[in-house]
Amino acid sequence: MATTIKNRYEFVLFFDVENGNPNGDPDADNMPRIDPETSFGLVSDVCIKRKIRNYVALLKENEDDYQIYVQEKAVLNNQHKKAYEHFKIKPESKKLPKDTAQAEAITQFMCKNFYDIRTFGAVMTTEVNCGQVRGPVQLGFSRSLDPIVPQEITITRMAVTNERDLEKERTMGRKHIVNYALYRAEGFISAPLADKTGFSEEDLELLWDALINMFDHDRSAARGKMSSRKLYVFKHDSKLGNAPASILFDAITVKKINGNKPVRNFSDYEISVTGNEIPQGVEVLELL
Amino acid sequence: MGYGVKLKVWGDFACFTRPEMKVERVSYDVITPSAARGILEAIHWKPAIRWVIERITILNEIKFDSFRRNELSGRISAVTMKSAMNGREVLLRQTIEDNRQQRATLLLRNVAYIIEAHFEMTEKAEADDSEEKHYNMFLRRARQGQCFHRPYFGCREFPVEFALLEEEVPPSHYRDLEEKDLGWILLDIDFKNDMTPLFFRAIMRHGVIEVPPLYEEVNA
Repeated sequence: MATTIKNRYEFVLFFDVENGNPNGDPDADNMPRIDPETSFGLVSDVCIKRKIRNYVALLKENEDDYQIYVQEKAVLNNQHKKAYEHFKIKPESKKLPKDTAQAEAITQFMCKNFYDIRTFGAVMTTEVNCGQVRGPVQLGFSRSLDPIVPQEITITRMAVTNERDLEKERTMGRKHIVNYALYRAEGFISAPLADKTGFSEEDLELLWDALINMFDHDRSAARGKMSSRKLYVFKHDSKLGNAPASILFDAITVKKINGNKPVRNFSDYEISVTGNEIPQGVEVLELL
Repeated sequence: MGYGVKLKVWGDFACFTRPEMKVERVSYDVITPSAARGILEAIHWKPAIRWVIERITILNEIKFDSFRRNELSGRISAVTMKSAMNGREVLLRQTIEDNRQQRATLLLRNVAYIIEAHFEMTEKAEADDSEEKHYNMFLRRARQGQCFHRPYFGCREFPVEFALLEEEVPPSHYRDLEEKDLGWILLDIDFKNDMTPLFFRAIMRHGVIEVPPLYEEVNA
């Protein structure tokens, strides 16, 4: 059995988008999400989690303990036929008649088989009190470093969907894009919660790998060019942590180096870690 | 009550969902005592102690924003899981395309509170569970930014930054506001009595809400 992680972590991921829509807002006609007060762009936590899931599903397609509970159909089909014979852990629930023990067995079973449940947690029925697993990995909303200016691009298609529209010859569509934006995502990993779901050192490596590579497998007409640019990890010496997360997050600063010109490139930013502000017992790893 | 603590908590977003509006989540105007207790427990908790929230100071102006996301509609069913565990061939996973719900959240922005609380020993306390011990453990952790898991403002995507407040409570944005009635809000869930939700009338005076004790409020 792999060992569960023994350290608390925080991480900061910088990712950028070029001529694309990183995360559409269903309330605003799929325009890029935007903070109306400051015009900063936002990307929801679940948007990033979706990409991590997709990446793991893609990479670990045929591996037993790395299934993904919340699937997108595209990656689902070839998994249908997979037999569930791997699930050979003994159904302990029979021996232990009490409901809580059963719930515990179910939870452990799901955690063992599904990477996303071990990582992010899941709500598993409400039969017993509150069958909810909190995963160790927690993500906030990502925010762009500068205000974004979404642009509406009108496009045409040289075909129509319905026969009755035949005389129109073509249809018009719209795309919303952000010319360029660098986003900052912040995340937390709790070692005590990892104990409860069995989130291991290997799982953690896979998470870093996913954060670095997830955009490379998420190409589409809407996204434009998205890439992970920098991944900083704060590793605490201990399970509970050695320093407030806010101090660590503040130690990573981003400077715009092209003055007031609109930002169009990652090289227009300079990201640095102020080393002397890192408290004792915390190690900064630059994984990308 | 010699062992009171003051914790400053802040964050970009928060959603303390009103139970009457939880499909399209609408947050209360302020943090609930129940959510405040959850934050303290994320830092330090043992079965031997029970946190009691005394007072909440609202430091920032109350502001709302709307955020809509694609969410999964269902939960994992225990029955399907059991048959999978018994080796039967079932499809365990859920597909987002089939179980999609678009749900809006009316969330709070840029929140900061001071939570004042103390703890009481419970019947689960053992001989070596002294109040000093738990008090000092909490102080140590809060000072160093240690936590059992990252506390959150109502939902896990709204992480909480925290710091032990060792000086006076800073003035609230509403310090000049005599009184604002925030209506009935959730006090906490009574786990002793079959998870009964308990409510209280939250009245903010000069930015401060005095929280009534949990068990006296039951019959109010």
